[in-house]
Amino acid sequence: MNTVWILLIVVSVLFSILNGRLDEFTKSIFEGTKSAVEVSLFLLGIVSLWLGITRIIEDSGLIHRLSGFFQYFVRRLFKNIPPEHPAITSITLNFLANLFGLGNAATPLGIKAMQDLKTLHPEGETISFEMMVFIVVNTASIQLIPFTVIGILSEFGSGDPSAIVLPTLLATFLSAGFALGILFLFRRVLR
Amino acid sequence: MRMVSLISQLMIPLFILFAILYGCARKVRVYDSFIAGAKEGPGVVIRIFPYLLAIFVAVKAFQASGAFEFAQELFRGILEFFGVPIDVVSIALTKPLSGSASLGVFTNIVKTTGPDSLASRMSAVIMGSAETTFYVLAVYLGAVGIKRTRYLVPVCVLADLVGIIIAIVIVKLFFI
Repeated sequence: MNTVWILLIVVSVLFSILNGRLDEFTKSIFEGTKSAVEVSLFLLGIVSLWLGITRIIEDSGLIHRLSGFFQYFVRRLFKNIPPEHPAITSITLNFLANLFGLGNAATPLGIKAMQDLKTLHPEGETISFEMMVFIVVNTASIQLIPFTVIGILSEFGSGDPSAIVLPTLLATFLSAGFALGILFLFRRVLR
Repeated sequence: MRMVSLISQLMIPLFILFAILYGCARKVRVYDSFIAGAKEGPGVVIRIFPYLLAIFVAVKAFQASGAFEFAQELFRGILEFFGVPIDVVSIALTKPLSGSASLGVFTNIVKTTGPDSLASRMSAVIMGSAETTFYVLAVYLGAVGIKRTRYLVPVCVLADLVGIIIAIVIVKLFFI
């Protein structure tokens, strides 16, 4: 992320000098801080809400009964996590929220999953391979039905707004598969 | 379609109801559990905030400086060669950087080229199958204070690229 950030900032400054957009550059920085605050405020509410509800289903034991099928899949994907570790459940819940397009629930559950994964490697600031697998699956956006997109298409009078559902589903699972493939390839090559 | 959207609307309310009722049945003090869990929320968000700030400032500056348009021009030639509508470039470049911006770009493509055009369909599939990668990275890495990410970032960028190519190819196969 260090390289990405340096690259973005340096390129931006150079381009704004070349394009004579220094004024826009400065304005955009303040805009950036504003949207960071707005998104954080939004996250503050939604993350607290889902952490509260997750605590209820933890305390009642419901969390262990949820989604047996997906746990099997998650366990296969994360072989190095002990089967009874809480990370398995939070990862499962995050994947389920993603599948059903519940972005507002997926992010808080994903944060919880990262914290649970962190307990497996409490020392150091280096990412573990399990965290990478988790993040790569999340950035591939596994989603069954893209409601927002369908909504926009039909709003502008599409003849068949749900025609894109099957291609999207195919694209999303293929790209998730490829993303994981690339990750495992990197591990093999770099070790 | 109506049935599907009804189910998706019901999902969160029913889940919350079920969580609470199940808690009651198991004699959990539901309200106290909720408060105890929610109490951790502010700490998490404060930890993430600097990471969000860094990525949002960088992305906004990148877009405002004209570097973004330059990147678009760069890819335009390649895509034209493969017979891909030019509008697809802007969605492919915006989606990994910003969720709200890509929604704006998508709406604009649908408005200008029509909802059933090839450009709209390709953009729709990209919207549904790609994620705001850098936002996800900032939030999830920030939540646990990871500093060394090893080869995660190159993998994500490469995966995004492959994902967009897959989306374009699939739409071509389905609709042409």
